[in-house]
Amino acid sequence: MAQAGHAAAFRGRTPTRALQPAQVRAAAVRAGTVVGVLLALWGLWELYRYVWIREAWTWPFPVNDTTLPHIHSIFQALGQPTSQGPLLITFLLHAAWFTAKEALVGFGLGAVVGFALAVALVHSRLAQRALLPYIVASQTIPILAVAPMVVVWLKSGWQSVAVIAAYLTFFPVTINTLRGLQSADTAAHELLRSYAASRWKVLWKLRVPASMPYLFSALKVSATASVVGAIIGELPSSIQGGLGGAILNFNQYYSITPADLWATNLIAAALGITFFVAVVLAEKLVVRRAPEQRA
Amino acid sequence: MTVVAEPTPSGTVLATVRTRLVDWIPAIVVFCAGIAVWQLSIEIFNIQKFLLPKPGAIISAFWTQRGALWRAGWLTLKEALGGFALGSAAGILVATVLARFRRLGEALMPIAIAANAVPIIAFSPIFNAWFDPLSSKPRMATAGVLCFFPVMVNTLRGLTSVRPAQVELMRSYAGGELQIFRRVRIPTALPFVFSALKVATVLAMIGAIVADYFGSFGSLGITIKNSVALFDFETAWAAILMASILGVLMYVAVSLVERIVLQWDPTRQERGTA
Amino acid sequence: MTVVAISGVTKTFPKGHVTALQEIDLQIEPGEFVSLIGPSGCGKSTLLRVIGDLTAPSAGTVEVNGKSAHHARLDHDYGMVFQDSVLFDWRTVAKNIGLPLEMLGFDRSRRKQRVDEMLQLVELQGFGDHHPWQLSGGMQMRVAIARALAFEPALLLMDEPFGALDEMTRERLNIELLDIWRRMSSTIVFVTHSISEAVFLSTKVVVMSPRPGRVAGTVDIDLPQPRSGDTREDPRFFQKVTEVRELLRGVGADEHGSVLAEERA
Repeated sequence: MAQAGHAAAFRGRTPTRALQPAQVRAAAVRAGTVVGVLLALWGLWELYRYVWIREAWTWPFPVNDTTLPHIHSIFQALGQPTSQGPLLITFLLHAAWFTAKEALVGFGLGAVVGFALAVALVHSRLAQRALLPYIVASQTIPILAVAPMVVVWLKSGWQSVAVIAAYLTFFPVTINTLRGLQSADTAAHELLRSYAASRWKVLWKLRVPASMPYLFSALKVSATASVVGAIIGELPSSIQGGLGGAILNFNQYYSITPADLWATNLIAAALGITFFVAVVLAEKLVVRRAPEQRA
Repeated sequence: MTVVAEPTPSGTVLATVRTRLVDWIPAIVVFCAGIAVWQLSIEIFNIQKFLLPKPGAIISAFWTQRGALWRAGWLTLKEALGGFALGSAAGILVATVLARFRRLGEALMPIAIAANAVPIIAFSPIFNAWFDPLSSKPRMATAGVLCFFPVMVNTLRGLTSVRPAQVELMRSYAGGELQIFRRVRIPTALPFVFSALKVATVLAMIGAIVADYFGSFGSLGITIKNSVALFDFETAWAAILMASILGVLMYVAVSLVERIVLQWDPTRQERGTA
Repeated sequence: MTVVAISGVTKTFPKGHVTALQEIDLQIEPGEFVSLIGPSGCGKSTLLRVIGDLTAPSAGTVEVNGKSAHHARLDHDYGMVFQDSVLFDWRTVAKNIGLPLEMLGFDRSRRKQRVDEMLQLVELQGFGDHHPWQLSGGMQMRVAIARALAFEPALLLMDEPFGALDEMTRERLNIELLDIWRRMSSTIVFVTHSISEAVFLSTKVVVMSPRPGRVAGTVDIDLPQPRSGDTREDPRFFQKVTEVRELLRGVGADEHGSVLAEERA
């Protein structure tokens, strides 16, 4: 039965790398669906605006051009020049790049620290007992509460923002990698024991490969978290160059130019999604097996 | 007939308590050592108070200002709890609808995943424009939206990751969709829901405090922000301590409910907290 | 009245254009114990699922107790046991066994009574409050059988129920199953890929051929009842095993090796 199952699995895998017409069609359908859903959401937005304004409903909040601008005015705002001169989109892309650098450094730092921590913990039950409760507890401390202190420690600068981003990044990586490192089955461990493999060999030949799907599902969470960390890290550090600074800034002018803040959020959203997609693509390259059976 | 699996040995309560305590000893040692190193290193290396106050000083600030901290903390907790309840309930509700109408769910899934990657925090100033910034509503909204997506995505994943054989079994009993939902999908989803809810407690606290930065009144985030501005770092740390205690309380409360509801779940231990 | 009447059943899966079943005709009479055996891909499990109306045939008709398979399912005419026990982790053993009774609207006291009887039947008294994962594989399977029998269906459909168990547990459960079959005087359709298991249990063995799935032949097993461990040492037992094996060889089973490998195991 088992043999037959394997045979079926091999037969099921198409060896050709070229895209099949069916795959192309499926991809087109998926893309079409996404576009369709986006258009539908746009429609709902405008319908909501229209109905709430016409009926003058005030629950949950009164709708007008300030509270809920037209989608097209948000996009229009991107093409308007800012008070400093450049177009808003140019300004925001610069800010996004600034924040992206902080987030990227934080992400890298958090991922490395998180992974190293997991490797250390998997080799010592004592360390797990001693440290795991605090690793979990560290996440129940609202990071923004600590952010001002980090800024005091590391001076106001992108480094402190990166550290805050790393703080949000490392946790999912540690927890998931730890689970992944422990996920290889006993038989595989016994096989390597029969080869008299060292701990180091077991780590690199078995534990780390086994942890990859787990690692990547954590990195997907962390990618977003690092962007969030960078944005909220900018708030107490009075850093003006990034998206967090832009949000604080446009927040003050919200009653005059609400679309500017919405446009900033649009770019922030795009940055978060870009980070997420980058990890998804990296996963596709690295993990060739069925990705994350369980989260 | 040989009994292969004996009923699981429950042992005496005392023995269980003892093993529990032994399990926690390393953590307690680390805690005491950490506090000692913290306190001593400040004295030995003469670290400036603004960089890191002594743990003793933080505790005494916490104690002397407990009234004010508790008032601010209570406000923040209410905001976080309100957002948690609203966001999680909405997340579970939407996931249930999407699980019922699979085509709709599949169409919306990519958008939901993308929305999950959006830094929702950025939207909290907009909630200030929607609702009265002096009320709790904008912070509650931020916390709620922050909770919504992980709960929704995880619940939907739980509701749809039922084992096909279990559905077939129900069908062999002539069970309809509603029966399958009640007896298979919901129990299967519960572990997923609870791990999302635990994440959501943390997010709710983060949301409530971060939203303070865009204008608020009397809550913990403001206490921290103002104390740092006045170089009163002991109060700032005491407020952080309060925020942490409240965050841990929310997390522990959900974990306890989980422990009671998911007594049956053999994977509860290994799934841990992630 | 014929319990299961299958005529001209064909099942094709549109994906990959697989013909799982082709023109199957089969009658199963009350009190029979019929095993379906054949190499992987012969559609024996599919046939069982067609009888249970868990899969619709592409052509042909299936009648259970004189009704369409669909109506028979809605009338709870059969109990089903799957390849793995398919117990619900979130229910205790007793509640797992009581599941079909809940679906049939038994009240609490009648449910408890039936569940206790069933626990006794499969010799799991005292395990009612346990959760499935606290039991061994063999015990889990007994819970699954108890669950299938709980509402006393006259027909039991079993899909390789003992496939995942070790040989010793399997042989013990074989004897227990025959015991239950006699006491409940039910009809059993049993899918397996073990020749000796099929011969030991059945009154009739249906040998199926793969790609497309067809009935290659049937062997009546007229070994004396009740059967016991001694039956396996009876020369007539070996004769029947050989007969089934010859039929299987004819359908190219050894080309895949799975059936014979299973026999050696």
